[in-house]
Amino acid sequence: MKKLINAPDDVVREALEGIEAAHGDRVRVSYDPAYIVRADAPVQGKVGIVSGGGSGHEPMHGGFVGPGMLDAACPGEMFTSPTPDQMLEATKAVNGGAGVLHIVKNYTGDVMNFEMAAELGQGDGIEVASVVTNDDVAVQDSLYTAGRRGVGITVLAEKICGAAADDGKSLAEVADLCRRVNDQGRSMGMALTSCTVPSAGEPTFQLGENEMEIGIGIHGEPGRERMPLEPAARIVERLAGAIVEDLPYESGDSVLAFVNGMGGTPLIELYVAYRELNRVLSDRGITIARNLIGPYITSLEMAGCSITLLRLDDELTRYWDAPVNTPALRWGA
Amino acid sequence: MSADSAAVRQWVEAYAAVVSEHRGELTRLDQAIGDGDHGTNMDRGMRKAVEKLAGVPDGDVGAQLKAVGMALISSVGGAGGPLYGTLFMQMGQSTTGKEELDAEAFADALEAGVKGVQARGKAEPGDKTMVDALLPAAAALRAAAGEGADLAAALRRAADAAREGRDATIPLVARKGRASYLGERSRDHQDPGATSSHLLLESAATALAS
Repeated sequence: MKKLINAPDDVVREALEGIEAAHGDRVRVSYDPAYIVRADAPVQGKVGIVSGGGSGHEPMHGGFVGPGMLDAACPGEMFTSPTPDQMLEATKAVNGGAGVLHIVKNYTGDVMNFEMAAELGQGDGIEVASVVTNDDVAVQDSLYTAGRRGVGITVLAEKICGAAADDGKSLAEVADLCRRVNDQGRSMGMALTSCTVPSAGEPTFQLGENEMEIGIGIHGEPGRERMPLEPAARIVERLAGAIVEDLPYESGDSVLAFVNGMGGTPLIELYVAYRELNRVLSDRGITIARNLIGPYITSLEMAGCSITLLRLDDELTRYWDAPVNTPALRWGA
Repeated sequence: MSADSAAVRQWVEAYAAVVSEHRGELTRLDQAIGDGDHGTNMDRGMRKAVEKLAGVPDGDVGAQLKAVGMALISSVGGAGGPLYGTLFMQMGQSTTGKEELDAEAFADALEAGVKGVQARGKAEPGDKTMVDALLPAAAALRAAAGEGADLAAALRRAADAAREGRDATIPLVARKGRASYLGERSRDHQDPGATSSHLLLESAATALAS
């Protein structure tokens, strides 16, 4: 294992210290329990938005804390859901009297820990609503699995819900909007390499030099299918085809196209993938009205990408375009 | 014989030691069909549980088990935190105010714990989860208690049943948790959660044998 760390057990905490040192003007960091919160929280009268998940997906979620997006994020251990006490304290810290929305990716641990936190928050008299994202089309048989995983759409939902909360929407309205984003969004990812959790010291799975894994999640867990490596054009056709046919997205639709890097793939390759996505979608009569390209929901140093499409309407577009000022996503501010 | 709070403390400490010893194995099993953090997470959680238990006075077994549950819930994360946390919380709930557990009381507690695990995780037998080790263990414990076995003998039968349940997860296709995303590829792997649950019963049988 070759990593830019001091000690495996200190990575999460030391990264939090780095975030505090770098972005202390915008966010505060609590270490016990661990959460990152807007420096000006709670914003009175505004719905608070909390998300969280295992560490190793940076910049998600901590990099998305700030005006126009999340009020707080709870980082767990590497690839491990955070605990209910972290979520409860974060929820209290952002409660400005209008209630708190939990945005939860559909992973067994995240769902159970957030469920317990919501019960505790409600016990403390805070109105809590939860929306579980589950946009990963790679999971086909959701009846006999833990259900579709929450992946790329979570980033878009956090941005759009953050704007709606800024716009003065109620907790019920922001939660409905979050569900709408999730309903209109689909994702799928692929890996060229595995990744190594520092405390484990070796790659989570083995992938040969000429192999790729299609339909991966974001925790280094193997995907649905392993196959010989193909050119970017064919890989993007596989991912985009599965996504488009699932919703389905149709000719005349206007979408936000999100090409995400898994952590180890350079931006130049993501632009190659975006070129192919643009071609595949325009062949199908689908217009890309907005895009996001870069590593936003990663899996440590895994090489590969995921594609997320979100069908846009005027309201979603307006909230996407609204100002955002976070360490990892910033425009109009 | 029965187990008082000093014995329960020994059990928790024994489990923490066994988890630490098997940390690598649990992680390897989890890397094969999950995300490779089960050993690390359980080790961290049980260390916290032992620390927290040191501050709980002897006497009430229920209070001890609840303290272990709270420590796990607030330090493990993942799926293991809420599930093992709930297991201990419900066992603690079932034994509140009790200063000693005989085989019957231990069976009541384990049944309550497993019920809590199923309510939180929604797993059924055969889903390739910790429930596949815990349910047979609870049934064996109940049967042994019903036949008048003492606690040590009853826990031995429970631990053996948990081992069989753990081994029976190998050919199963996972239907819960991250392993479920592998579908058929989850076959021929031993479930890490069933493995750590067997270790829990095995530590009970060993620590409470005398």
